[in-house]
Amino acid sequence: MNLRQWSRDLGMGVRFAVTGGREGWVRMVLTAVGVGLGVALLLLTTALPNVLTARHQREQARTDLTYSAAVPPKGENTVLVGMADTKWHDKDVRGRFLDPEGPRAPLPPGVDRFPAPGEMVVSPALKKLLTSDEGGLLRERLTDRITGTIGEPGLIGSHELAFYAGADDLAVQKDSSHVVRLTAFGDRHPTPERADPVLIMMTLVVFVALLTPVAVFIAAAVRFGGERRDRRLAALRLVGSDRRMTRRIAAGEALAGALLGLVVGTVFFLVGRQTAGSVEVLGESFFPSYLNPSPALVVLVAVAVPAAAVGVTLFAMRGVAVEPLGVVRTAKQARRRLWWRLLLPLAGLALLYPMIGKGRSNGDFNEYLVVGGVLLLLVGVSALLPWLVEAVVARLGTGPVSWQLAVRRLQLSSGTAARMVNGIAVAVAGAIALQMLFAGVEGQYTRDTGKDPERASVEINLSDGAALPAAAREFPRTKGVRAAVAISSGSMGDRRRDPGSTVGITVGTCAALRELAQLPSCRDGDVFVVPDARDEPDDLALARPGRRGYIDATYSDGVRGREIPWTVPAGVRQVSARKDALQSYVNGLLVTPSALPATAAPTLYHQVYVRLDLSVPEAEQYVRNTAARVDRLSSVWHWTATTASRKYTSLRTGLFLGAVCVLLLIGASLLVSQLEQLRERRKLLSSLVAFGTRRRTLGLSVLWQTAVPISLGLLLASTVGLALGAVLLRMTATTVTVDWASVLSMAGAGAGVVLVVTLLSLPPLLRMMRPEGLRTE
Amino acid sequence: MTPPPGSLLAAENLRKSFGPTVALDGADFSIHPGEVVAVMGPSGSGKSTLLHCLAGIVPPDSGSITYAGRELAGLSDTERSALRRRDFGFVFQFGQLVPELTCVENVALPLRLNGSPRKEAERAALTWMERLEVDDLKGKRPGEVSGGQGQRVAVARALVTGPRVVFADEPTGALDSLNGERVMELLTDAARSTNAAVVLVTHEARVAAYSDREIVVRDGRSRDMERAI
Amino acid sequence: MSIGHTLLGLLESGPRHGYDLKRAFDEKFGHDRPLHYGQVYSTMSRLLKNGLVEVDGIEAGGGPERKRYAITDAGITDVERWLATPEKPEEYLQSTLYTKVVLALLTHRDAADILDTQRSEHLRSMRILTDRKRKGDLADQLICDHALFHLEADLRWLELTAARLDKLRAAVTR
Repeated sequence: MNLRQWSRDLGMGVRFAVTGGREGWVRMVLTAVGVGLGVALLLLTTALPNVLTARHQREQARTDLTYSAAVPPKGENTVLVGMADTKWHDKDVRGRFLDPEGPRAPLPPGVDRFPAPGEMVVSPALKKLLTSDEGGLLRERLTDRITGTIGEPGLIGSHELAFYAGADDLAVQKDSSHVVRLTAFGDRHPTPERADPVLIMMTLVVFVALLTPVAVFIAAAVRFGGERRDRRLAALRLVGSDRRMTRRIAAGEALAGALLGLVVGTVFFLVGRQTAGSVEVLGESFFPSYLNPSPALVVLVAVAVPAAAVGVTLFAMRGVAVEPLGVVRTAKQARRRLWWRLLLPLAGLALLYPMIGKGRSNGDFNEYLVVGGVLLLLVGVSALLPWLVEAVVARLGTGPVSWQLAVRRLQLSSGTAARMVNGIAVAVAGAIALQMLFAGVEGQYTRDTGKDPERASVEINLSDGAALPAAAREFPRTKGVRAAVAISSGSMGDRRRDPGSTVGITVGTCAALRELAQLPSCRDGDVFVVPDARDEPDDLALARPGRRGYIDATYSDGVRGREIPWTVPAGVRQVSARKDALQSYVNGLLVTPSALPATAAPTLYHQVYVRLDLSVPEAEQYVRNTAARVDRLSSVWHWTATTASRKYTSLRTGLFLGAVCVLLLIGASLLVSQLEQLRERRKLLSSLVAFGTRRRTLGLSVLWQTAVPISLGLLLASTVGLALGAVLLRMTATTVTVDWASVLSMAGAGAGVVLVVTLLSLPPLLRMMRPEGLRTE
Repeated sequence: MTPPPGSLLAAENLRKSFGPTVALDGADFSIHPGEVVAVMGPSGSGKSTLLHCLAGIVPPDSGSITYAGRELAGLSDTERSALRRRDFGFVFQFGQLVPELTCVENVALPLRLNGSPRKEAERAALTWMERLEVDDLKGKRPGEVSGGQGQRVAVARALVTGPRVVFADEPTGALDSLNGERVMELLTDAARSTNAAVVLVTHEARVAAYSDREIVVRDGRSRDMERAI
Repeated sequence: MSIGHTLLGLLESGPRHGYDLKRAFDEKFGHDRPLHYGQVYSTMSRLLKNGLVEVDGIEAGGGPERKRYAITDAGITDVERWLATPEKPEEYLQSTLYTKVVLALLTHRDAADILDTQRSEHLRSMRILTDRKRKGDLADQLICDHALFHLEADLRWLELTAARLDKLRAAVTR
């Protein structure tokens, strides 16, 4: 077999596909669209790592966190940055005040000049929001005049909400991250994100779980229109082409579809890339330019897809003998054997097994083992499914006519049926495993905040004590606020400098202090102490009446403190903390305001706790508006019981998106092959209708015909998915719990696809059942 | 005009067009119980359309069809389907057997569509297959039997419900003459024994010779040769 | 085949001399077997005697005198009856049927009717044969089949002719 012969036969096949008349074109376009969708998804997925990297780089380039106690001295090249992050409903708004201290002050990425006080530059998405009707409440908070937009380099996503506002009155405060002084934006020590081994493993699994069904799908797509092609191949045999030539010609036809599919896929990808930039999924968005697959991967796709098309066709033609007078499917197919099919998932488990119990603290997972193991398990699904369908369908009893028709058809061609649902099964298996992994690992990546949203739902950290009176006045009057208390905290040391022991001081009105501890009685001027077994005895001793200490002591490695002397007054009463105190750890001295010298106030850290009236819509937004008004550098936290790691959230988002795309893609291919099958049976359908078969009977038989293999597929997928999920969880050293909700929802999504496909194929079915089908062409 | 007295199925002045193509242009028809009527005519003359109209598969554009004293035009699609299931049987040229079902299951299919239990339906099916001398094929699928055998299975299926009218559209069209004649013999014998009427569309004289009389369709118009002479 | 009916039919399109009739007959029907004039003469005298034709006029010229014949009403009726009566189905019937069809076309009658009537007659015979075949033994079946195949061949020819009537009409009335 030489190369020339190969290329000649393949070329002839390509020519047949192109010149096959309308029918040939339809088939080729179907193949191309199928392959194209697969290629687009492939390119998109191969570009995903770049998205994560690009976002990470952008984020690093604009970072203004220094993680360093050393504040650079004020100079002509410094800028003061005030943090003014806020939230609009579920979306984060990144906000900064910029106060350049000299002519060479650095500009953040995407901004070409400093906004003057009272002005701001905003991201395009924020600009749109602020000028829209729904953004009215946000406009009340961000009152500065918009003088420009932040360029793409300064944003991590096309839908990111961000602003830089001008200021001239920022000041660096001790122990406060509300304002920082910078000589340059960007992380001074940029690190390739130090990835968590478990996260890396999960990302790998996501890719494998998304790509395997796509590969399975492409394999199915090149086999569209098999029966008509077979007839044409028989004609070729009649005029003298030998068996191998015939196979190569068939492969050539598939190749034509695959090549066109590459083009279609590239177009789909470019369109998808552009639209991907303009959409936002679960609060995440990005720019089209992030979606650049690495050239090596592109070349791999461009070579692998056509090669796979040829390979799959040659493989599929194995069981088909094309004879000059027609196509003989090796009549009684040998029963599918189980052992080698079982071998695949077992080998997968064997690859994963050594990593069980590794957890995150024992270094990276071997990525080849992870990918290989997961791949083998998922491919095992597509190998096991034909066997399972054949074995089960052969044993199915008879029922009503519709059932009988469907079962008999499945018995005769269980391979076709299994192939149709293979993609869905593999996708669902992967998705179930991932959902389970995520649900299990959730505990590790979701921190318990220790906050009780029932007691207070919003916490405001003021940047400056000066704002406290206004805050105390304004918050209770704010719409949607049921109650608000202000609590300040600081500490007292036993010496002016480098104190040996310290005690915490919490300052608030009687009402505020009652939120922290059970007070028998309270009047302004009272002082209480909450002893805690965890405190050092020396520290507690400092809280005894008559002890003299210094509020805001100076530490030699930090900024000089105010060193305000204070003597613990007599009559300190011992009280105990409330179990449901607003602050998670209440200890030390609880002091009413007039018991403390007024000079101490600026040294304290001030918080306001607000309980919302949840019946008032947008209550949180009103509170945020008030917070911005009394102290524009204040930070506001809306309490929830848990917070999820951002990385984890985006991974989960990606998985969900991918699973949906894959299911849609496979649903489309199911529909196409379903319709093709119906078209081939038009004559039979019409004659069945002629002798009085109810349309419902035929419709139901079509439904059974899809539902039976799909149910089996979902069953197998759930089993393998759960097994894979359990193994993955064990690998991360997490207790195995089955997330039935996600199993059901993924299986439900798969079943939904079947239902939709059946519904969509009903109108053509009804049309084909018209008696016109009886007329001989 | 009323249908001829004693007729089981009669049609008058049927017109039917498919788009610009006129298939029937005022065709008449009538058949008595137990009668075999051949519908002849060149291809494209409207023979098959006449059969489809008579069987209630295609509603005519105008004209009336009466079956056992009932006007077919007044029936809904569901009622016409039920009528076809219970009272009519069908044999087509080819492509009518469900390839996935065995022969006996194919024959039993109309009974099962009428709601008979499977065992009972298949027992009745086997009786008819014996009469048509194909009972040895019961476990085979249509793809595994010859054309003549398949057509006999189809005839058995058409007769299994005890229909009052059997519609046969070129039933021997795909068979050689010996097989074709055997099928016709069995079909007409069986129909006569149950007093079923047979509407036989054919262009072959030797097949039409199994009929009692013939109707010629030309350019969508029918001509009843018995009454013309 | 009836020469008398054929000549009568030819006269329907207008009076002709005896030699004209012979020429017309030969042209349309006598491809392999031209009439000799004696046949025309004797046939015409018989028709004259039966009152189906009359002498329209006599032409004296250089040669022998020539009678011009015209068809009578009785003649037209006779042609009509002949055309409408199917031939007894037998072998080698084509020439008669062909003649009938051509005459029908020449005289603007419905040729399809003739074919339909003939088909019906053929089928009647075929039904009888088929019936005999079903009841008889193998010898009967073989004999009947022989006859049936011949009749079928006739009918096929009839169908073919019917399908080509328009072309034929154009050819004969040219």
